[in-house]
Amino acid sequence: MVDPKIHLDKVSYAYGDNWVLRDVTLDIAANSVTVFFGPAGSGKTSLLRLINRLNDLVEGTQMKGRILLDGQDIYGSDIHVPQLRQRVGMVFALPLPLPGTIRENVLYGLKLAGIRDTSRLDESLERSLTQAALWEEVKDRLDDPSTDLSGGQQQRLCIARSLALEPDVLLLDEPTSGLDPISTRKVEDSLFALKQQYSIIIVPHSIQQAARIADQAAFFLMGELVEYAPRKELFTQPRDKRTEDYVTGRFG
Amino acid sequence: MVAQPRAEAAQAGWREFIIEALIRVLGFSTIGFVLLIFLFLLREGVPTFYEVSPSNLFGTHWYPTFDLFGTLPLLLGSALVTVTAILIALPLGVATAVFVREVAPDWAREVLKPLIEVLAGIPSVVLGFFGMHVIAPLIRETLGVPTGLTVFTGGLLLAYMALPTIISVAEDALDAVPKSFRDAGLAMGATQWQTIWRVVVPAARSGITTAVLLGMGRAIGETMAVMMVTGNAARMPFTLDSLFRPARTMTATIAAEMGEVAQGSTHYHALFGIAIILFLLTFLINLVAASTIFKKQRRGGLR
Repeated sequence: MVDPKIHLDKVSYAYGDNWVLRDVTLDIAANSVTVFFGPAGSGKTSLLRLINRLNDLVEGTQMKGRILLDGQDIYGSDIHVPQLRQRVGMVFALPLPLPGTIRENVLYGLKLAGIRDTSRLDESLERSLTQAALWEEVKDRLDDPSTDLSGGQQQRLCIARSLALEPDVLLLDEPTSGLDPISTRKVEDSLFALKQQYSIIIVPHSIQQAARIADQAAFFLMGELVEYAPRKELFTQPRDKRTEDYVTGRFG
Repeated sequence: MVAQPRAEAAQAGWREFIIEALIRVLGFSTIGFVLLIFLFLLREGVPTFYEVSPSNLFGTHWYPTFDLFGTLPLLLGSALVTVTAILIALPLGVATAVFVREVAPDWAREVLKPLIEVLAGIPSVVLGFFGMHVIAPLIRETLGVPTGLTVFTGGLLLAYMALPTIISVAEDALDAVPKSFRDAGLAMGATQWQTIWRVVVPAARSGITTAVLLGMGRAIGETMAVMMVTGNAARMPFTLDSLFRPARTMTATIAAEMGEVAQGSTHYHALFGIAIILFLLTFLINLVAASTIFKKQRRGGLR
C-alpha cells in the first residue's frame, strides 16, 4: 500500500489499568471503506475515538503508540485539535440532532469555524444533504426542527453535518444500529457514493453489514487485531481460525 | 401449620394498611395546609376589595394614615427590585453553573458545590446588615446619590440570595445533557467553549429557564434584606434614576406595618390584600417553572 491515509503504529489504550487495545498496527487506505468489527468490548469504538482524539477528555486513560494522518502524528504537540476534528468527522450510534432546525444542524460546524458567506453556506447545505441522500426529502422544509425527522433521516442529517465540514476521513460508529432496514440501506448506499471522496472507517452493527460494505476489514478480539484483509479474503478464506469462527457465526 | 401463617398475613395486611393510610394523610395534609393558608389570606384580605374603592386600591399613593391604599407603587417596587436582581443573577448564576459543571477540575467542584449551598443558608438579616453598612455607603459615595438605600442595593442583595438556587438548578440541567451532545459538538471541530455555549447550554435551556424562575420566586418573596436596604419609600419608579432611588416592596410593607395595625381595620385588610397579590404572583411563577420541568419530562429529554 502506497502512502496510507492513516497509519496506526502499535497503538495500545487503557482505561485505568484495563487495556482495551493492544499493539494495534494497521494502515488505512484513502478513498475506501474500512470496517472494524468484532464482538462487543473488543476495542473498536475506542480505536475510532482515538483517531479524532475524542477520548482526550476522558479521564484516567493512557495511550501508547502513534497514529499518523497523512504522515503527521495526530498526538503531536503541533496539532490543533479542533482542526483535526474538522478533518476527521465522526457519526455516532444514536442519531444526535442538536437543538434547532435542519439547516442549523447541517451548518453548525461551518458556523463554528467562523464561515458567514451565505452563498457558500447554501452551497454546502445542498451538497452535504445530497451526499447524505437526504436532500430530496428535506429540501422543502429546511427550517423545520430537526427533531421532526424520522430516526433514519436524523442519522443521515448527522452524516450531512459531518460532511458539511468536508473532512478527509469519516468515522462512523455503528451508524445504523438504531435504524430500520430501509433506512439502513439508504445510509449504506450513501457510503458507496461517499468513498469516492472520503476515507471511511466504520464499525458496523452486524457481520452481514461488514460483509456488504467493506473494501477491507479488520477483525478485533479482546483489544487485539486478529486479522486485516480485503473483504473477499477475510470473509471467504480467513487465515485465522478465530476469524473464521466469528464470521461463520460459531461464536459472538 | 396453615392457620398461623394466614393470621400473620392478616396482621401484616393491617400493618400495611395503617402505614399507607398514615402516609396518605400526611401527604394530603400538605395540600390541605396550603389551601387553609390561602383561605385565611382570602378571609382577611378580601374585605379590602369592597372597603377600598378600586381607583384608590390601584392608585399611586400608599398612605394608610390618610386612607390612601394605592398598591401600584408597591407592586412596581417589588417588580423593579426583582427584575434588577434577576438581571444581575442570571449571567452570574449560569456562568457559575457552567464553570462548576463543565470547566472546574474535580477538586474545585468538590469545594465549590458545598460552598454554594452554604450561601443559601446565610440568614437574610445578616445579608441585610451587610448591605446596610457596606454596600449602601459604597453606593452613596461612588454614585453621589442622596441615600445608598436604593432599588439597586436591594437588587444586588437579592441577586446574591437567588444565586444558590439558580446555580444548583442550572447545574442539574447541564448535568442532564447527555455526554453524547458534547461528543457531537467536539466531533464537529468545536472547541470546548464553543461546545459549551452553542451545544450544551442551548440543550439545557428549559432547565436553565426553570432555574431563573425559581430564583425569581425566591427574590420576589424575600422580605428582611430588602426591607433593610431599599429605603422603603413608596414612590412610583417612573423616572430614569429610579434604580438608584429608594423603593418599597410588597413584602417589606407587610412586614413593617403588620405589627402596628389595628386588627380588622381597613389598613389590616389592605395588608392582607397585598399578601393575596403576592401569593398569586409567586404561585404563578412557580407554576410556570413547574410546567417547563413537566414539558421537559414529557418530551423525554432536552429538546
